[in-house]
Amino acid sequence: MRIVVLVKPVPDPGEERLGADGRLDRSVSAVINGNDEYVLEAALQLVDANGGDVTLLSMAPAGITDPIRKALAMGATRAVLVSDPALVGSCALSTAQVLAAALQTLEYDLVLVGADTSDGGGGVVGAAVATLLGHPYLSRARKIEPVEGGVRVESLSAAGHDVLEAALPAVVAGTQLLGEPRYPTLRGIMGARSKDIAIRTLAEIGLADRPVGGAHATTTLLDARPPASRGSMRVVRGVDSAAAAAAIVDFLAERRAI
Amino acid sequence: MTAAPALGRLTDDQRAIRDAVRTLARERVAPRAAEIDRSATFPEDLRALLAEQGILGLPFPERFGGLGADLLTVCLAIEALSAACATTGLILAVQELGALPLLLAGTEEQLERFVPGLAAGRDLIAFALTEADAGSDAAAIRTRAIRDGDGYVISGTKRFISHGSVAHLVIAFAVTDPEADRRRRISAFVVETDSPGFSVSRLEHKLGIRGSPTAELAFDDVRVPIANRIGAEGDGFDLAMRTLDRSRPGIAAQAVGIAQGALDAAAAYAGQRRQFGRAIGEFQLVQGLLADMDARTEAARQLLYTACDEIERGAPDAGRWSALCKLVAGDAAMAVTTDAVQVFGGYGYLDDFPVERMMRDAKITQLYEGTQQIQRLVIARALLARNA
Repeated sequence: MRIVVLVKPVPDPGEERLGADGRLDRSVSAVINGNDEYVLEAALQLVDANGGDVTLLSMAPAGITDPIRKALAMGATRAVLVSDPALVGSCALSTAQVLAAALQTLEYDLVLVGADTSDGGGGVVGAAVATLLGHPYLSRARKIEPVEGGVRVESLSAAGHDVLEAALPAVVAGTQLLGEPRYPTLRGIMGARSKDIAIRTLAEIGLADRPVGGAHATTTLLDARPPASRGSMRVVRGVDSAAAAAAIVDFLAERRAI
Repeated sequence: MTAAPALGRLTDDQRAIRDAVRTLARERVAPRAAEIDRSATFPEDLRALLAEQGILGLPFPERFGGLGADLLTVCLAIEALSAACATTGLILAVQELGALPLLLAGTEEQLERFVPGLAAGRDLIAFALTEADAGSDAAAIRTRAIRDGDGYVISGTKRFISHGSVAHLVIAFAVTDPEADRRRRISAFVVETDSPGFSVSRLEHKLGIRGSPTAELAFDDVRVPIANRIGAEGDGFDLAMRTLDRSRPGIAAQAVGIAQGALDAAAAYAGQRRQFGRAIGEFQLVQGLLADMDARTEAARQLLYTACDEIERGAPDAGRWSALCKLVAGDAAMAVTTDAVQVFGGYGYLDDFPVERMMRDAKITQLYEGTQQIQRLVIARALLARNA
């Protein structure tokens, strides 16, 4: 099974800050979006069990290869990074158009995408890519398994979960219930240094003259503000959860909050 | 969280490995550290984790399944692990120490027999030189290996042997020729710990590194084939010294890691703990403590990294470099962890916080693989020899 995992480098959660232009400063240390690591883990387990390979597909500035290298170290075979100065400030629709165009240059049976990202958080890119390509879209997956000619997914529902099946190629959006991502082994890390990260411009994926990117964004950023300060806080730490709970109760009781 | 040690001098591979081990240490090792110390139990789960991630394979050649990492890379991993848990950092340091006699002087046949299991992290190996009456004076050991047909019979008792009770292999140093010169009396042997006559006769109760078993090992007429002798008869003492020249940086790395762990904890606490209406980190006396801790830690780290480079490229005074870095890093770890407890005040004395454990763990780095006094002798002798 040939699987493409859509991955997005995001600012290290907790380290996010706004640049002078009001956009997220992407020069701070980047990591692979947390949800994407879960679907990558699912993809690696699928090819471990059934054969095939995993290609990472990302849209990001060309300099941000460290997080992609880490995802390769987890076991992906190769990576394609669409990078073009015109893409700065892209909206979700543009992002989906770019990823869909890039997918058309690749061979795949299944596309996996994380539920949403810790920076943008729109959670629509996977569905938009599926729509643009006319692929079935299965969301909120907690389990993904291959079936003859297709894929079967357990999809979270309000009442529990639905079991869905679709023909390939298909796009599946996963949840963290797929299982904890693995740590890259040191051998994986060293091996990842020689794996290919193919950098593609808009022209190379056939979008040179198309209205995508920051200049054609369908949404406009008017203002950006950091969250309000949370004031003074106290963090209760400890491996002993009972003792930690007792400390919190004492804290609240002292202030007559309970 | 952890201050970045001078990035420029590390290769991309070294940085990637250090960062990966640091992540693993933060997420998987640190949450276990207090319990490992409290229960004084060898963390078999973390041994398995280090094996699975390839960390225990770092010092071993690629052709035997290892990663063929250089000394600095091994030390970066020990440092990162030790910042979270000194016992866990020591798993890698002892694996390297025990394997060094084989890696330095083993035959191809010996390497093929023993190294794949070590590189995979399935087998652990211990280095058994010290005896009750032969610590700093290592040449004075009394354990005997007597030639008998196609093998040797080893008898005696080793003391203070790290991992002695969990190892599958022990490198045992024993006297093969009592009449020979001090430097030629001893030979080294690989002893499989399931050999008849081998037993663990005692486990020590220690101030620190409490999860790392320190064993007394009894050799009661343990028979080993000639094929298990490393090097020629009489090579043992020199081999032990060459091993320590290369292994001491591992202990220096453990010390730097412990110091960094304590500094990180103290700096975080100084930002949170409020007295007199402000964070204690706003007081200059506390700032002075933190600054000195950082300076000591970074100085020790830079000396360690330089020593690794010098030793790796075959510097003629490798022994001096390894003694220098162990001396400086061990003293730094002791001073920095003591100051970390000071920053925490009374709370630092409680096991609710990690710094008292780090202070207890730090002490061993001034004692083992040669006391600080022995390091000074090694350094001074190298200096005097240079001018002789």
